Amino acid sequence: MHKPVYLDNSATTRILPEVAAVMRQVMADSFGNPSSPHRLGLEAERVLHTARRMLAGACGAREAEIFFTSGGTEANNLALKGAALRRVRRGRHLVTTKIEHASVLQACRALEKQGFTVTFLEVDSCGLVDPEQVTAALRPDTVLVSVMHVNNEAGAVQPIAEIGRLLKSRHSGIIFHVDAVQSLGKLPVHPAGWCADLVSFSAHKIHGPKGTGALFCREGLELEPLFHGGGQEKGVRPGTENVAGIAGFGAAVRLCAERREENQVHLAALRQRLLCGILAQIPDTACNGPAAAAPHIASVTFKGVNGEVLMHALEERGIFVSTGSACHSRRPEPSHVLLAMGVAEKDIASTLRFSFSPENTTEEIDYALEQLAELAASLRTLQGRR
Amino acid sequence: MAKIYLDHGATTPLHPEVLEAMKPYLTDLFGNPSSLHSFGREVRKGLEEAREKAAAAIGAEEREIVFTSGGTESDNLAIRGVARAARQRGNHIITSAVEHHAVLDACLGLREEGFDVTVLPVDGYGMVRVSDVEAAITDQTILISIMLANNEVGTLQPVAEIGKIARGRGVVFHTDAVQAIGNLPVNVNDLHCDLLALSAHKHYGPKGVGVLYVRKGTRLKVFNFGGSQERKMRPGTENVPGIIGMGRAIELAVQELDKKADRIRKLRDKLIAGVLEIGDVRLNGHPTERLPGNVNVSVRYVEGESLILSLDLKGIAASSGSACTSGSLDPSHVLLAMGLDHQTAHGSLRLTLGAGNTEEEIDYVLSVMPEIVSRLRSMSPVYAGQRRD
Ligand SMILES: Cc1ncc(COP(=O)(O)O)c(C=O)c1O
Ligand SMILES: Cc1ncc(COP(=O)(O)O)c(C=O)c1O
Repeated sequence: MHKPVYLDNSATTRILPEVAAVMRQVMADSFGNPSSPHRLGLEAERVLHTARRMLAGACGAREAEIFFTSGGTEANNLALKGAALRRVRRGRHLVTTKIEHASVLQACRALEKQGFTVTFLEVDSCGLVDPEQVTAALRPDTVLVSVMHVNNEAGAVQPIAEIGRLLKSRHSGIIFHVDAVQSLGKLPVHPAGWCADLVSFSAHKIHGPKGTGALFCREGLELEPLFHGGGQEKGVRPGTENVAGIAGFGAAVRLCAERREENQVHLAALRQRLLCGILAQIPDTACNGPAAAAPHIASVTFKGVNGEVLMHALEERGIFVSTGSACHSRRPEPSHVLLAMGVAEKDIASTLRFSFSPENTTEEIDYALEQLAELAASLRTLQGRR
Repeated sequence: MAKIYLDHGATTPLHPEVLEAMKPYLTDLFGNPSSLHSFGREVRKGLEEAREKAAAAIGAEEREIVFTSGGTESDNLAIRGVARAARQRGNHIITSAVEHHAVLDACLGLREEGFDVTVLPVDGYGMVRVSDVEAAITDQTILISIMLANNEVGTLQPVAEIGKIARGRGVVFHTDAVQAIGNLPVNVNDLHCDLLALSAHKHYGPKGVGVLYVRKGTRLKVFNFGGSQERKMRPGTENVPGIIGMGRAIELAVQELDKKADRIRKLRDKLIAGVLEIGDVRLNGHPTERLPGNVNVSVRYVEGESLILSLDLKGIAASSGSACTSGSLDPSHVLLAMGLDHQTAHGSLRLTLGAGNTEEEIDYVLSVMPEIVSRLRSMSPVYAGQRRD
């Protein structure tokens, strides 16, 4: 069998060997508690500092603006609840979109139970939010707007900079949060350029470890912590730091930043090759998402083919893809993202997500194409007969 | 120079076997446990094995184990989670003055939400009186949180008795066992607790991963929302290598308990006896009901911070109290609760022993301490004044 072709990099990525090496070294040698007053403590503190500098550098932020968390989910929860609960006196209205990651949507739902009102904006058939609609949804009591940069299922790149500019031009003090979990390392990420106050990141989407993420929080902006404790991360995110994880995150950010432009070109070429191949060779297929999507995600509908069956058939041939977002894969409900884009339910059930990493090769794409064409045809004959 | 680590209360080095267990999950086993394909399934299997190990270590069932990002999150999830879920039944919470900040601040934070929090005093050894707990319970009490072993002075609390009382009165009982696991037997049934917090890095596992034991039937309101990981109690892509490390670490902690604890206790007693010989030194905490590795003393006429710096220069890593408050100039809330005055509290030194320490190391510490103390005392105006009197 062909060696595994892993095309599920939006679910998670392989830790880079350099990253794993840094982590192993930190775990073996720099095991001190960063809060400890002795040399081992200082050494661990320095490890955190290096990682903080890497991430700050990669997004044009100051080190003091980076807060490490246990992942993207926590960063999103901290951003939304931390900012909203601090500003209840100013208002209780939030604006977000229907295609956000579950961690944003569910945090909004939780805030609704605490008396907030949330406007969930529609997207167009490409999965794009209209900046004018964002401003139209604003009310005098709006405290926060949250729009993701790159959607994890369809790859749509939202007009973040424009939304940020429109919000800022109103001088309303509305907090702008961007979930950049899927874009870090793939597209330029610059909170200041977006006029964003809060930006979420996760290490395991950029070949770093699972269980580490970060929140950029613009200097001067106050957040209500999700929980209390020993005052780490300036009290915004207490608890002994995941030092090895954070070191791995820093190393992954550095490697990504060094290679970002070259990676972006490579990823876009892989995506183009797969999409063009599918659309040209396999009848009744459609790409979900805009033409100018993120370079590493392709959502494709194979009409009349059961997506789950196709996914498992591909797996038998060593190709790993997903039917949608990983954290929902155990739930049989259709993707809320594709629904919001107006994709019919039966087509959602026939949709696969391919997501690429710089480690993928054109040879792998060609192999996947070949297998896809064969499987789509045979599954259609089988299902047609039933 | 010597390299002697006596700060195991702050954090512990990774057990080599724990690192070995984690390694594959830093390379080939990188899948997302929620993914349906084999990359995901393989990792899910590892995760569930870690859960089995954690459950077995404390006498729990697998589905009662929730992996978190550490002790702080576990404590907060327990306390805030129960309080918010039990709001309708009552608004009274009982805790003690010597809890870790993760517990104390979680409880005090709830005051702003209208909860009534009783912070119980402790005796001179830092111990909570069972009768105080009993007396504090009202028909509004929904939660009691008392730690199993104190992180600063090592005092062991009568948790099993408190648990029994809580059970009898139908009050949910949480215990912070972060410092206890691996140092004494921890069994959720013997302790009669409904919730129990653990943190891997205190028992030779990695930082950034913990466990909250949640007895089945205990209702919690969570504070993180998102995917359906950890039965929705703790969403977010799991810290897989960390969880694998925690599983192996807790398994080893229990296996090696007997062999380790006795040896460490002997070294501790030698260290205590030696340090007390310096003179004008007070042992903080209980003489016997204390963690096997904990030494906490107040050295009169000496600032704890200066003592730690001097020891560090001699290659000895120590601390003045809990690591997370080491940056602050406030004296330890634990020592103050035990009735120490500010000055004595400021002179406190915590030496916490662990698996790697040897008798030679203790001898070395005892050989350099008297000199350091007398040098620091000779520079102290208070001490000079004392001598003239
Ligand atoms: C867009 C987006 N936001 C947030 C997250 C959550 O990040 P984590 O898995 O680190 O909790 C993910 C990934 O699952 C994501 O794709
Ligand atoms: C008793 C106790 N509880 C809770 C914690 C917090 O655990 P963590 O550092 O994993 O957040 C600690 C350690 O700092 C502790 O000693």
